[in-house]
Amino acid sequence: MFYREAGQFKTTYEADQGIFPIIQDRWFIAIMLVISFVVIPYFANEYWFQAVIIPLYIYAIAAIGLNILTGYAGQVSLGTGAFMAIGAYATYKLCTAFPDLNILIVFVMSGLFSAGVGIIFGIPSLRIKGFYLAVATLAAQFFILWLFNKVGWFYNNNPSGTITAPPREVLGIMITGPNALAITRYYVVLSFLVVFALAAKNIVRGRIGRSWMAIRDMDIAAEIIGIEPLKTKLMAFAISSFYCGVAGALYIFCWLGSAETEAFDINLSFLILFMIIVGGLGSIMGSIMGAAFITLLPIFLTNFPPMIGIQIASDLAKHLEEIIFGVLIVFFLIVEPHGLARLWQIVKEKLRQWPFPY
Amino acid sequence: MATQHTTEEVLLDVKGISLSFGGVKALSNISFDVRKGEIRAIIGPNGAGKSSMLNCINGFYHPQEGEITFKGETRKQMQTHKAAEQGIARTFQNIALFSGMSTLDNIMTGRNLKMKANVFWQALHLGPARREEVEHREVAERVIDFLEIEQIRKTPVGRLPYGLQKRVELGRALAAEPDLLLLDEPMAGMNHEEKEDMCRYILDVNDQLGTTIVLIEHDMSVVMDISDRVVVLDYGRMLADGTPDVVRTNQDVINAYLGVTHE
Amino acid sequence: MEFLESIFILPFLDIADSPIFFLEVVISGVLAGVMYSLVALGFVLIFKASGVFNFAQGAMVLFAALTLVGLMEQGVPIFFAILITMAVMVLLAILIEKMMLRHLVNQEGIILFMATIGLNFILEGVGQIAWGSDVKKLDVGLPDKNFEYGGMLLNTLDLSAALIAAIMVTVLALFFQYTGTGRALRAVADDHQAAMSVGIPLKSIWIIVWSVAGFVALVAGILWGTKAGVQFSLVLIALKALPVLILGGFTSIPGAIIGGLIIGVGEKVVEVYWGPAFGGAIEGWFAYMLALAFLMFRPQGLFGEKIIERV
Repeated sequence: MFYREAGQFKTTYEADQGIFPIIQDRWFIAIMLVISFVVIPYFANEYWFQAVIIPLYIYAIAAIGLNILTGYAGQVSLGTGAFMAIGAYATYKLCTAFPDLNILIVFVMSGLFSAGVGIIFGIPSLRIKGFYLAVATLAAQFFILWLFNKVGWFYNNNPSGTITAPPREVLGIMITGPNALAITRYYVVLSFLVVFALAAKNIVRGRIGRSWMAIRDMDIAAEIIGIEPLKTKLMAFAISSFYCGVAGALYIFCWLGSAETEAFDINLSFLILFMIIVGGLGSIMGSIMGAAFITLLPIFLTNFPPMIGIQIASDLAKHLEEIIFGVLIVFFLIVEPHGLARLWQIVKEKLRQWPFPY
Repeated sequence: MATQHTTEEVLLDVKGISLSFGGVKALSNISFDVRKGEIRAIIGPNGAGKSSMLNCINGFYHPQEGEITFKGETRKQMQTHKAAEQGIARTFQNIALFSGMSTLDNIMTGRNLKMKANVFWQALHLGPARREEVEHREVAERVIDFLEIEQIRKTPVGRLPYGLQKRVELGRALAAEPDLLLLDEPMAGMNHEEKEDMCRYILDVNDQLGTTIVLIEHDMSVVMDISDRVVVLDYGRMLADGTPDVVRTNQDVINAYLGVTHE
Repeated sequence: MEFLESIFILPFLDIADSPIFFLEVVISGVLAGVMYSLVALGFVLIFKASGVFNFAQGAMVLFAALTLVGLMEQGVPIFFAILITMAVMVLLAILIEKMMLRHLVNQEGIILFMATIGLNFILEGVGQIAWGSDVKKLDVGLPDKNFEYGGMLLNTLDLSAALIAAIMVTVLALFFQYTGTGRALRAVADDHQAAMSVGIPLKSIWIIVWSVAGFVALVAGILWGTKAGVQFSLVLIALKALPVLILGGFTSIPGAIIGGLIIGVGEKVVEVYWGPAFGGAIEGWFAYMLALAFLMFRPQGLFGEKIIERV
């Protein structure tokens, strides 16, 4: 009774095609925005920002990126980590070469670099499909990290081999570097997430999104009704890599502060993949929920047992975490292949009739 | 039931098409034409090469020999999506809908070729992207009205029964406003009422929109009723070509369908 | 210029300079390749019989090897330890069928693939919790001696590994081609539902094939483990088997073998002769790039059939 579209008549197609056509959804989004822009900054402390919320938002951006490619366009990628690395290294090169350039612009430009490389590694997708393509993306994963590791130019030949976020400010506020406040970085990351999530939502519900899903669901039919497979897939690779690239840039510059290529290894790729499986393939909201779930789970696992008086060795905890991740993946694929997003959908459908089913 | 739309103008001309996979000849030396505004049927037993013929026409298979002229443009090899750009749309023998998308989205996908707004406008959902989306929604809604599928507009097509899926597929093809519509067994697996409905839609499309139609069908009564001219294929060869009455009395066709008595 | 020289000229001069050394490199590549083939074989078996692209094959290798080592550390004699490990692998196959595959019948390949990524993590976690995550030495009594033949330095362990692998491959190929079970396996791979409708017991077929893949994993685990110790990095070998599969085609047993050899030899030769020009460690990605380049020209693999798409 509280959540239903009954009585909300649309008189124009435009209204029917709004991003959140149901008024309750609009309220929900508004509340979420208020919580994230006002409530969280008011209550959260340094630990929560650094250990939970900032990485969560960054993962969410990467997950949206991967979901565009895998969930919407149906092309499995195990190379997310590498595309994030491109964003991070490009940001590092750009902001050390042009110290005066606005760092926010640098983030976006780095995303474009990542998109370019994504297109190159997407070319094989014209001829190969499914797991074959997954292997091709592994090539990207291993080759790109090797390149960043081997060629000193990428990390300005500094002896430690790491890239470090230099201090950069925008409008007099420190955004990156050791002196940037957690709350500032939080707002930067949050703003990127909001803008990128809305843009992704807009893209997937329009022409391009429909082409992606058409290719995913029935590629031959899609081609026959005039969708160019190569162009469509490369577009998915480009946009997906753009998102991953920006996420990678934020990963180093707004969160870790400095890193080597190991930070972007294949485990990161798997982590992001898990997020979209748990969250829901083909759902933007699901990507965010999946990122939240996978980020919060280990924190819960390390903090919960001591709370009830059980001590677990960190080694054991790590393996337990692996097992739980694995079980969750299998569980979701069996029970709800559409992930948390679908569960949310079901809750909403139930809410329509609650509390009076007739 | 010859339609009054039929003209003498040749829309599609197929000349000497031969197609083989490895050693298997799927089509050999097939020639026929399709006039603007007519309903043209291709019939033949299973494995006669009917679907392969359609696949050649819309560029999915590349015949080794022969050429295809559509709207005066002759081509030997072409990419599949180019055929769609030229104005050829089709439905499939085994339904090939985008099962994860709603009816409306499936039909909107049929309009994709006519939409142009770039990714930036789409990301913002403003300006041309927004206008375009509404404009094409109107066309899609007209198709939905025409096929009487308003009530399933937002249902994912994977959940629809077979007959409705076939109708949605026709809708997706119609949304492209094609000059030539290829229908691969549009009535396969339907009951009598559904077949009658489908016949009505096909005739209406031809009649009201003036769309030229090439269809493959097994139900002889349907074919003889609605088509203007019929091509008969058997084992990749052409047996006959002509009006339903001519084809019906052709000895080769009778032999192929009823068997030859060997003496 | 110097770079071009180090790519196009110097390596060939080196090869011509010392053909014996080149042969040694090739042989070491062949042996590494045999190992890849063994892991790839596990993939092919499962893919042929259940259409599942089993990403967890590497974790199965690790799991089998860890179980074996663990048992031997407990003082179980080798022979029994191997038997028990085999029983564990069968048990694992039954569990996988019951908990996972049964619920995923007729799902899309890509969903099954992702499910095995989950399985991969479960096995890694369980294996390491049960048996610890230190590097362990595995010694099942295979001879490990170096000797010289025709000026080349060879190793008995490597040779016996190659021999064992060759025997396994032959047996499996015969099994698939000539037994009733083998035929049933192939039928299941083609179409789950159709196979069930003619009375093939899907569940037991899956259990059989996952058990066989488990045995193959055990053999691979024993060989790799003897050579390099049982450790987490065994999982990474599985990732190496992926390009092997691409080269060989997902359903071809000979393909898995030849693909493995090509990757093994190619990797070693390239690393030794061309590695320096690129700054080394190109072994990490060479196989993938080779597979990728190969895919562009022959998407169905060396031995796969040309795909005719129909609508």
